[in-house]
Amino acid sequence: MSWTRPQMAARVAVDIPEGWYVNLGIGIPTQVADHVPEGREVIFHSENGVLGMGPAPAADAIDPWLINAGKQHVTLRAGGAYVHHADSFAMIRGGHLDLCVLGAFEVAENGDVANWATSENDTAPAVGGAMDLAAGAKRLWVVMEHTTKDGTPKLVKCCTYPLTALACVKRVYTNLAVLDVTENGFTVVDMAPGVTREMLVAQTEAALVFA
Amino acid sequence: MIDKRVRSMAEAMAGIKDGDTVLLGGFGSVGQPDALLDGLIETGARDLVVVANNAGSGHVGLARLMELRRVRRIICSFPRSQGSVVFEALYRAGEIELEIVPQGTMAERMRAAGAGVGAFYTPTAVGTQLARGKETREINGRMMVLEYALPGDVALVEAWQADRWGNLTYNKSGRNFNAVMATAARTTIVQAHHIVELGALDPEAIATPGIFVDRVLHVPGVEA
Repeated sequence: MSWTRPQMAARVAVDIPEGWYVNLGIGIPTQVADHVPEGREVIFHSENGVLGMGPAPAADAIDPWLINAGKQHVTLRAGGAYVHHADSFAMIRGGHLDLCVLGAFEVAENGDVANWATSENDTAPAVGGAMDLAAGAKRLWVVMEHTTKDGTPKLVKCCTYPLTALACVKRVYTNLAVLDVTENGFTVVDMAPGVTREMLVAQTEAALVFA
Repeated sequence: MIDKRVRSMAEAMAGIKDGDTVLLGGFGSVGQPDALLDGLIETGARDLVVVANNAGSGHVGLARLMELRRVRRIICSFPRSQGSVVFEALYRAGEIELEIVPQGTMAERMRAAGAGVGAFYTPTAVGTQLARGKETREINGRMMVLEYALPGDVALVEAWQADRWGNLTYNKSGRNFNAVMATAARTTIVQAHHIVELGALDPEAIATPGIFVDRVLHVPGVEA
């Protein structure tokens, strides 16, 4: 009745065409790289200065000098490059990334996204590169659960958590559906097997358009 | 003969004073100049402003410096991370000031400082609480936030190789903030894993030319 997290990551991956430069956020987005179809060249960027990032190394081949934005050990693919932080964010902010995939607390029907703090008075807010990525990549996709654990909708009319960026999300992948953010609001382009329109409407605060 | 190599930590740290702004390289523990941080602790300098991506972990290095109440203010993109217990306790107690800055804005503010640019407009953080109180302006149809350059009194940098002119290479993702911070401080102090002969570094591969570097201390470390 819904997609698992690996299935959500795989669902995102099939939509990424060959040749795109892509930044993946921490969490489910990181798993997207593992599901890119064999033979399709997609170049992954990590904000800490790695372009052409490859998968995690074998346990006996870890290089302590090579990590991703989540501070996990990674590898570099043939053709990859290292840059410093200002150049890395020039790639991000300068519109050179075709896609950024982030997790989120909430996405609003106008494309606003909240993913970095859960209250105005967070004990120690931590933004990292989220605001640069959201504002800078050519397109922003969000991958997240359709609701919180207690069933509160995360696809909303207006975000209640502090915003990461305004009107920038183009597409949302949840455990229940794939939705485009359009002038008419959230437009459903795909649903997980067994999910009905009624179920989706019931778990979404914002209005839905069914294509 | 130009020789930026120093023989002791005391020589490396000379002139650091209370109230200085210290740019601290690294992303998490990778590229973080641990030996220089210990040297900074030894100097006793206090009332410091530290610019670093993370706010330290455990009770060593930056966390130790904060625990000793030597940091007045930290400018940081991601203070909360695994083991950032010292920072979080001080922050909750109101005993440290935090300026939270988007990571790319932080990097660019230092690039601007190093390049002699006073301020710049960026689309990052428009409409968010991190842009509150800042000047905004529409440029080419897009809203932008004014951000000021962020210069340091001192930059502490970890490099892989260095020569006596201060030319540097880095190791993989260890380059991160180091190469930017090296340009942005009045005094740039480097700990290098390897010291090589002048001329040994491929000019095409030098990531930080020596013009940005003042002192180099040889600190052999983890090989990889």
